[in-house]
Amino acid sequence: MKETSQHIILKTENLSIGYKTKKEETTIATNINIALKKGELIGLVGGNGIGKSTLLRTLTQVQPKLSGALYLNEKPLEDYANMDLAKAMSLVLTETIASKNLSVFELVALGRQPYTNWVGNLSEEDISKVNHAITQTNIDNLKHKKCFELSDGQLQKVMIARALAQDTDLIILDEPTTHLDMYHKAYILKLLQRLVKETGKTILFSSHEIDLAIQLCDTMIVMTKTEVISNTPCTLIEQGTFNTLFPEDLITFDEKTRSFRVKK
Amino acid sequence: MSETNTYKGSFILLILTLIVCFFANISLGSVSIPLKEIFNSLVGASSNASWQYIIVDYRLPKAVTAILVGSGLGISGLLMQTLFRNPLAGPFVLGITSGASLGVALVILGGGLFGGIFASLLISKWTIVIAASLGSFLVLLAVLIVSSRVKDTMAILIIGLMFGSITSAVVSVLSYFSSAEQLQQYIFWGFGSLGNLSWNEVFIFFVIYSFGILLSILAIKGLNTLLLGENYAKSLGLNIKRSRIIIILATSLLAGTITAFAGPIAFIGLAVPHLTRQIFNTSNHKILLPAVFLFGAIVMLICDSIAQLPTSDYTLPINAITSLIGAPVVIWLLVRKRKMVF
Repeated sequence: MKETSQHIILKTENLSIGYKTKKEETTIATNINIALKKGELIGLVGGNGIGKSTLLRTLTQVQPKLSGALYLNEKPLEDYANMDLAKAMSLVLTETIASKNLSVFELVALGRQPYTNWVGNLSEEDISKVNHAITQTNIDNLKHKKCFELSDGQLQKVMIARALAQDTDLIILDEPTTHLDMYHKAYILKLLQRLVKETGKTILFSSHEIDLAIQLCDTMIVMTKTEVISNTPCTLIEQGTFNTLFPEDLITFDEKTRSFRVKK
Repeated sequence: MSETNTYKGSFILLILTLIVCFFANISLGSVSIPLKEIFNSLVGASSNASWQYIIVDYRLPKAVTAILVGSGLGISGLLMQTLFRNPLAGPFVLGITSGASLGVALVILGGGLFGGIFASLLISKWTIVIAASLGSFLVLLAVLIVSSRVKDTMAILIIGLMFGSITSAVVSVLSYFSSAEQLQQYIFWGFGSLGNLSWNEVFIFFVIYSFGILLSILAIKGLNTLLLGENYAKSLGLNIKRSRIIIILATSLLAGTITAFAGPIAFIGLAVPHLTRQIFNTSNHKILLPAVFLFGAIVMLICDSIAQLPTSDYTLPINAITSLIGAPVVIWLLVRKRKMVF
């Protein structure tokens, strides 16, 4: 029992998520019990408006939880100071960066901010970690380009390199495949899978690419209107979980091809 | 870092330009003084007492003021443009000049309205400096209180503009009830002026200015992190509220004192960061901050040299010159490069 718990990076216990204002509380999902294991690629899927973003925002402490418990490395998430959290968890968000006049190297180097001194000078170690992250994501050829010169797919790789440079055990990506073509969607998710294998980091991403996620993830978290289920893709298929994901009037999940089919 | 070396040449060039502009500024004026005598005056060995006085007690403090004003406004403009992620932001978006203007308007124009103590008060330079400082300080206080409660940085921008509208409305009401003489005095203050400061005043100016510069230097790392946007900055462990307050405080100290001592100098704060970015093609504030400092000082010295119309007795309002010379330069640069880097 003790051994397995050591391998768990992030764990929730009866977590409820939603929004709280002074007047009322809007609950989006309750009873969430998930555990992210070290060295796994985890895909979070669910329909639009089901609360994927709210869950990610709660896991990353952007917004407070409603009730339940949330542990990062066995320590309650709310006990983390900003700086400690930055050394334990890095993010790739859907929003675009404010200044695209940064060079790729500069942007990746900003991932070292939690480790640099008061004026942000990069040490030898910082520079080698930045270069390593750039090599790991295959963007050496872009190193000196400005961010406004990059395509969406290239920029996404740069943002992943930045998260790698932050040197955290856990990386969380919010819909990293939006705006990308089919090739780059597969490329980015395959890259994440490779990084998990090479670095032993835990990577959690949310996505609408259920077919791809089934093929690449070690674990999937499926959010439906009634519950949040987490298991290996195979088990989830056997249990018929994907059939409950969407209303069945238009698309159904085909277990043989492991993909969704449009009803004729 | 290698990047610092890339810009070494540009920095050396800028420093040399600054030195040349500084001496050009001192040697030009309504009275023409031979170059040799200028150097003699600076070391206190001039044979001509009035030249010595003109150089040491008039032109030198004016040149120093120009450097402080130009660099301070440039840096506070840069801070605001990064904080608000808006290329149109300048040092005065927080309503600080409006506050200063209101303070000055109350003293100059309000005299007639309130009578009594105000009317009997001699409107000296110090009264205006104190009124402007108080005005900008009160607006700063309001902005700081608001910014500690508001989550969205853009809301602060709007609130700053609103403060500006309120104060200009009050100034209009005051102007309506004022005499022509008072109005003229107020308008003259609005022209801005670099040349009225004694060494004592320059010293006080410099002390407050240094605090502002010090805070800006402390803000460099946070400013660079903010280039990614606030959510990324937070995920990198940056304390957004604290950085925001440091940046606002630095801007307020710089823009507030500059307005108090030199009047509301337009344009420099908005334009200098853009001019700098055209030459230093980077967003890294470790490079931009010193570059903006040098650029601001140079531009202000040049504007001041033009404003005093060498060898004539006239001195044009510095505020008109900064915009008259500066705006076409920025337009020309942007059209030529076809791209605004921000």
